[in-house]
Amino acid sequence: MPRGVTELSAETYDLHMMVFWWCVAIGIVVFGVMIISLFKHRKSKGVEPANFSHSTTAEVIWTAIPVVILLLMSVPAAETMIRLEDSRDPDISIVVTAFQWKWHYKYQDENVEFYSSLDRASIDARPKNSGIDPFSVDNFLLEVDRPLVVPKGAKVRLLITSNDVVHSWWVPDLAIKKDAIPGIINEVWFRAEEAGTFRGQCTELCGKDHGYMPVVVEVVEPDAYLAWAATQRESGPRVAARQ
Amino acid sequence: MTTAVADAHDEHHGPQKGIRRWLFTTNHKDIGTMYLVFSLIMFFIGGSMALVIRTELLSPGLQFVHPEFFNSMTTMHALIMVFGAVMPAFVGLANWMIPMMIGAPDMALPRMNNWSFWILPVAFGILLSTLLMDGGGPASGWTMYPPLVLQTGDAFPFLIFSVHLMGISSIMGAINIIVTILNMRAPDMWLLKMPMFVWTWLITAYLLIAVMPVLAGAVTMLLTDQFFGTSFFLAAGGGDPVMFQHIFWFFGHPEVYIMILPAFGVVSEIIPTFSRKPLFGHDSMVYAASCIAFLSFIVWAHHMFTVGMPLSGQLFFMFATMLIAVPTGVKVFNWVATMWRGAMTFETPMLFSLAFVFLFTIGGFSGLMLAIAPADIQYHDTYFVVAHFHYVLVPGSIFAIMAAVYYWLPKWTGHMYSEKLGKLHFWLSTIFVNVTFFPMHFLGLAGMPRRIPDYSTQFANFNEIASIGAIGFGLSQLVFVLVILTAWRGEKATDRVWEAPRGLEWTVPSPAPYHTFDTPPKVRVAQESFE
Repeated sequence: MPRGVTELSAETYDLHMMVFWWCVAIGIVVFGVMIISLFKHRKSKGVEPANFSHSTTAEVIWTAIPVVILLLMSVPAAETMIRLEDSRDPDISIVVTAFQWKWHYKYQDENVEFYSSLDRASIDARPKNSGIDPFSVDNFLLEVDRPLVVPKGAKVRLLITSNDVVHSWWVPDLAIKKDAIPGIINEVWFRAEEAGTFRGQCTELCGKDHGYMPVVVEVVEPDAYLAWAATQRESGPRVAARQ
Repeated sequence: MTTAVADAHDEHHGPQKGIRRWLFTTNHKDIGTMYLVFSLIMFFIGGSMALVIRTELLSPGLQFVHPEFFNSMTTMHALIMVFGAVMPAFVGLANWMIPMMIGAPDMALPRMNNWSFWILPVAFGILLSTLLMDGGGPASGWTMYPPLVLQTGDAFPFLIFSVHLMGISSIMGAINIIVTILNMRAPDMWLLKMPMFVWTWLITAYLLIAVMPVLAGAVTMLLTDQFFGTSFFLAAGGGDPVMFQHIFWFFGHPEVYIMILPAFGVVSEIIPTFSRKPLFGHDSMVYAASCIAFLSFIVWAHHMFTVGMPLSGQLFFMFATMLIAVPTGVKVFNWVATMWRGAMTFETPMLFSLAFVFLFTIGGFSGLMLAIAPADIQYHDTYFVVAHFHYVLVPGSIFAIMAAVYYWLPKWTGHMYSEKLGKLHFWLSTIFVNVTFFPMHFLGLAGMPRRIPDYSTQFANFNEIASIGAIGFGLSQLVFVLVILTAWRGEKATDRVWEAPRGLEWTVPSPAPYHTFDTPPKVRVAQESFE
């Protein structure tokens, strides 16, 4: 899992690693005891089997210890969860509408909107026996014709919905995955702290081209974002042009 | 005089000749055999679908199938493995073993038993036939989320109908098991003295009765949405697509325990036998299984952390899900404590049970990771989830089923299977199952979504490893078939078969006669004979 470029993606990553190391520790103890037993307590070594069949003390201990470990895990997890859901006071709001099989982005305050679908190079290479080696295509299946552009450091709120079936908008580096559901508008937010291009995919099965609707987010400096938005406004909304 | 009557009775009720024996049988052993054979066939059909999937994913780019067909393969693979392979296998084991383990002459409702089996081949015949219909087989995933599932072609009503039939069959099977266990135990077989396999099946059967009607309701609403103008799940008509997911997972989460609780029962029988030591904490195992069953009803929405639930809902489902780790941990600790200071030997059933404990626990660890809601948002619908549930289902449920088959096969056939082939099957399966599914953890963490026919080039290496493992795992199952086909050739099995098993099934001859326990056995006498 990537550490990502937002505070929350880093927190999520830390949670993941914390639980992972707990699992490793528990695994070492449990599997360790089991392996010792497998080697020591075998009939071929001539051991006589013991005959104990319960011990209330042991059972209370190995019920209580997991409860304590779970409590230790649940507190930071809940804290992160609460922050993830706090989408108040955004700097920018973008409506994301999913279609079979592309994304539509509409910047609420900018009069900018456009479709974003799989780029030409991947479209050419994707059919069965296309004759094009996927390794020769840059970012095969992970590149779009028009990425979502957002400014660095701004709190961006996405309002996600769908026009047809359920889709899901995911960018691992932003630690955001939210279902796009017809009739429902879901909110998520992120504040990217690094500029760069971040890639993800639709993650809810949405029909035959589910594997062919990537998400690409370009995080740019605020000045560059304003300049980009201005050129977009000049060229006018591109809704009809891209259908 | 009584003997004469009993003899005449036996003669009259022996197996019929030819096909009629199987079509009309009401004998729990025959029906159990049919369930097991059916499930083995389904295991191979579902498995070959998995191989279609893995072959396509061997390297990036589409080589063999079109995306629509790929999606119907993932859908059918899941439906067949869940409803056609794992569940019938456990019902088959229940049919064969529960009457013999509790000292009953047969299942309580033998005619219904026949009926609940014979529905299954019809249900799966219908389901498989959809692959030939206009628009192809169902391709919306086994979860059948609307609105996508409503885009299915001609297959749609047949999909719904076959799911209904599977549900009816499961409910009838579950009723039969509950009635048998509660009413037909030998006189001094108290509830808390019942073997763990019987206990876990009793709990499982209640889960089945509770949730299969929920699934039936959900798919019926899909049917009326499609054909009768309702809008349960259609946003345009004021419905809510998310409601389907809630209803489905209210069925779906108990369903995963339906597939694992009997597996817990199986290994709780096998580990004590080959450790030569009683099961540690029998009663706490029963309570743990009941806890798991209860919790399974209040955690369903952890499959839905990304649908946009209120914060309080997400926190509730996260905490409830984490709680499941406690009773599950108790079970694992008890198995380890059973082995501790035993005198173990490693026959094939024991090997499969040990692999079960190791690998199911790994699946449990990834389950705990998935319970952490913020992290789940990153894992959700990626290969990490695929790795998780295959770890609990393949080296979990399926290894337990195989362990059970090896454990009881000599009782069924009267001959020892080939231990050499059994061990070969075990080692091949265990190695390849890890080669197949372990890399999927890395794929998921690297960002590969599930249910995609093609992927970006950075995922190529791990996919190649997983595909090679899958082909290896598939081929090694042929060894299993060979073991079963040659099972009648081995040396004669004794009544007790193994050195130290306990349980009434080991007091009857091997092979078990067509009718067992016409008069209830004395449980205590049987127990003492083992000392």
